Amino acid sequence: MNILYDERVDGVLPDVDKAALLQALRARLPDLDILHQQEELRPYECDGLSAYRTTPLLVVLPRHLDEVQGILQVCHERHVPVVARGAGTGLSGGALPLEKGVLLVMARFNNILHIDPAARTARVQPGVRNLAISQAAAPFGLYYAPDPSSQIACSIGGNVAENAGGVHCLKYGLTVHNLLKLDILTVEGEYLTLGSEALDSPGFDLLALFTGSEGMLGVITEVTVKLLPKPQTAKVLLAAFDSVEKAGRAVGDIIAAGIIPGGLEMMDNLALRAAEDFIHAGYPVDAEAILLCELDGVEADVHDDCDRVRQVLEQAGATEVRQARDEAERVRFWAGRKNAFPAVGRLSPDYYCMDGTIPRRELPGVLRAIASLSDEYGLRVANVFHAGDGNMHPLILFDANQPGELDRAETLGGKILELCVKVGGSITGEHGVGREKINQMCAQFNSDELTVFHAVKAAFDPGGLLNPGKNIPTLHRCAEFGAMHVHLGQLPFPDLERF
Amino acid sequence: MRSEHDMDDSAALLEQVNQALQNATPLRIQGSNSKAFLGRIVAGEVLDTRTHRGIVSYDPTELVITVRCGTPLSELAEVLDDAQQMLPCEPPSFGEGATVGGMIACGLSGPRRPWSGSVRDFVLGTRVITGYGKHLRFGGEVMKNVAGYDLSRLMAGSYGALGVVTEVSLKVLPKPRQCLSISLDMDSDRALLRLAEWGQQPLPISAACHDGQRLHLRLEGGEGSVAAAHDRLGGELLDASYWADINEHRLSFFDEDQPLWRLSLPHNTPRLSLPGVQLIDWGGAQRWLKSEAQAAFIRKIVGEVGGHVTCYSHGLIDSPFQPLPAALMRYQQNLKQQLDPRGIFNPGRLYAEC
Repeated sequence: MNILYDERVDGVLPDVDKAALLQALRARLPDLDILHQQEELRPYECDGLSAYRTTPLLVVLPRHLDEVQGILQVCHERHVPVVARGAGTGLSGGALPLEKGVLLVMARFNNILHIDPAARTARVQPGVRNLAISQAAAPFGLYYAPDPSSQIACSIGGNVAENAGGVHCLKYGLTVHNLLKLDILTVEGEYLTLGSEALDSPGFDLLALFTGSEGMLGVITEVTVKLLPKPQTAKVLLAAFDSVEKAGRAVGDIIAAGIIPGGLEMMDNLALRAAEDFIHAGYPVDAEAILLCELDGVEADVHDDCDRVRQVLEQAGATEVRQARDEAERVRFWAGRKNAFPAVGRLSPDYYCMDGTIPRRELPGVLRAIASLSDEYGLRVANVFHAGDGNMHPLILFDANQPGELDRAETLGGKILELCVKVGGSITGEHGVGREKINQMCAQFNSDELTVFHAVKAAFDPGGLLNPGKNIPTLHRCAEFGAMHVHLGQLPFPDLERF
Repeated sequence: MRSEHDMDDSAALLEQVNQALQNATPLRIQGSNSKAFLGRIVAGEVLDTRTHRGIVSYDPTELVITVRCGTPLSELAEVLDDAQQMLPCEPPSFGEGATVGGMIACGLSGPRRPWSGSVRDFVLGTRVITGYGKHLRFGGEVMKNVAGYDLSRLMAGSYGALGVVTEVSLKVLPKPRQCLSISLDMDSDRALLRLAEWGQQPLPISAACHDGQRLHLRLEGGEGSVAAAHDRLGGELLDASYWADINEHRLSFFDEDQPLWRLSLPHNTPRLSLPGVQLIDWGGAQRWLKSEAQAAFIRKIVGEVGGHVTCYSHGLIDSPFQPLPAALMRYQQNLKQQLDPRGIFNPGRLYAEC
């Protein structure tokens, strides 16, 4: 089932007179940069999920908030859909444009407005890059904890919209745990402040509701984040295992010992070999799996915890446990992990990154099932895993130039996500639903639950103009997906596009 | 782990909600009523959640516990304690029979809140009886889950106005290996300055309160960090029961016969000049005020520094929660209207308008 917007199952969008819209925007906002010619629009046709592309009707690049407000007001008056976009690094097509919609690029709002070391907060515009916040806070010994792999490029507005994670979530939380306040513009162009500089606010917790809402409820115009004091020290242990099961059990053992590592990551043989070839991190390439366990905090505690974790790992059957000898080696160990995606990308012309979460105890069974699906579909799968918090990133290797391989990769991916749901997990841990997992939402939620999601949407955007077609599928789409799904195995020509 | 009182009574709760929907009867959702003094007075037929109780699942190595709403908080604490784990946000009980449902509905957190996060921050998933008469599941039992809108965390602190939370999955954590409480002689101005300074350093502080005379601190972590912090900060040893006493409002401060106000503030706000007496908690971010002053006056002073005020003296004023700006109230009403179209769940508990 094609994921590009399909009015038949996603809802009819208003027809927009492009010339009239362009004229209205120019009349209202004479200084606004508007892209409207094919060759200018092309670079914006996808986000980080580049397999799916749609040329937007128009791209607007505001510099001032009153321009954003004006754009929203004009679009609201004329019933024009609006898709907001930050740095465009999202992996689920959350900022995939619409042919009948305006793409609202917030990337120019890239100022850090205020760092308050005594309050341990940073007030920033939505286009500020994730890493830039920590860099600006560093002179005060502070940092912003959530660190998605794309942190050098991704913007904080997008992080909020997706409730982005990273490798330190188990200990330091997701984006939602590290926010104090959001300023937003509603679809009608009205300003709201959600949350406050205090730790809580009266009324329903709209700050929590908006975090991870994928641009469906409002446009983020300013973000106030919490900053933390930088841990005094961080040490990394690398453990090699001769089976993925043993590595998985070791993760549970570490936690059972009462230790919450700053980061706890697993890579399987295919992924760690790719990373080793690419980064030369010093990984043991014969291991079936490795664990990277980072312990951070006050020197004395970290020292004790390293000893404890080493013992646990050895008891769990690690064939080798190595502690990074110095900061350079620690950074190298992490570089291998943080570059695992591009490293795997070198093994194959294309790869498709999944983002399911599972209860950790289900790991061995899920990995076995993934291996057998991999055989069944004839596509290799490398596994990278935020082991501490149960977030898996199976990477499906394929070649888009081979007819049918993308479809096969997508189907295999869908199967993996449904497997995650079946064992009590979720179809997405941190990348978001966007457009990519719109069909799998039908597997995770029933129609009554989806109805409640649509009710939430209606409270903020009754006309459905903000990012239509993302995050929450229509009941109609799910009905078709369900019907399609039952028969999938029996379809005579599985490589044929059905819609 | 299983108690003789365990029972899945969700079918009966759903039945009562469906009856209420049919007859458009408002419901007053209650557990043990330990927090009934918070918020506005609700007229309605009582929906008692206490029959729906018990731990549904708990695997300490997954750091997740799933509990029915009628389970007493004390039972939850006991089960976690047996596994050397805890709910880090330390929700207050305010009464013996306090339930998990009430904890979620009120969303109140204890002394560790500024360092650990709030009740909302530990919610992973919920089952909810909705205003459409369905028993549904949102979120789940995994640490990371961004599928769909985050209705589970929205439920925390919603005072039962958006649905009946029947079950909740919570993230839990191992107890710290070492815990030590100290008290230091310094005035509140100086204490607030020191707290702002210490907050920028990796010190293992997990509670900080100033009672007008002394600064009370709790240090938690590994043996090494706690000992080092104790060496550095000095002070007299303080009995750890102090933290439960402030959390449950058992300190003598709370006995005074004046209305009680809760001030939620940016934590580095200087001492506020207000009539009455104050107690500083949460390292400055939560302050308790005993005062005869008018609500509007207190709210004006607190509003100027970016905070808000809740009245903890039941029935004293019509809007115990800080009134919202008009635009924000309109969207809160929209949300209430969408999720509870017949207006049966605790109508008016938060605000007259929703």
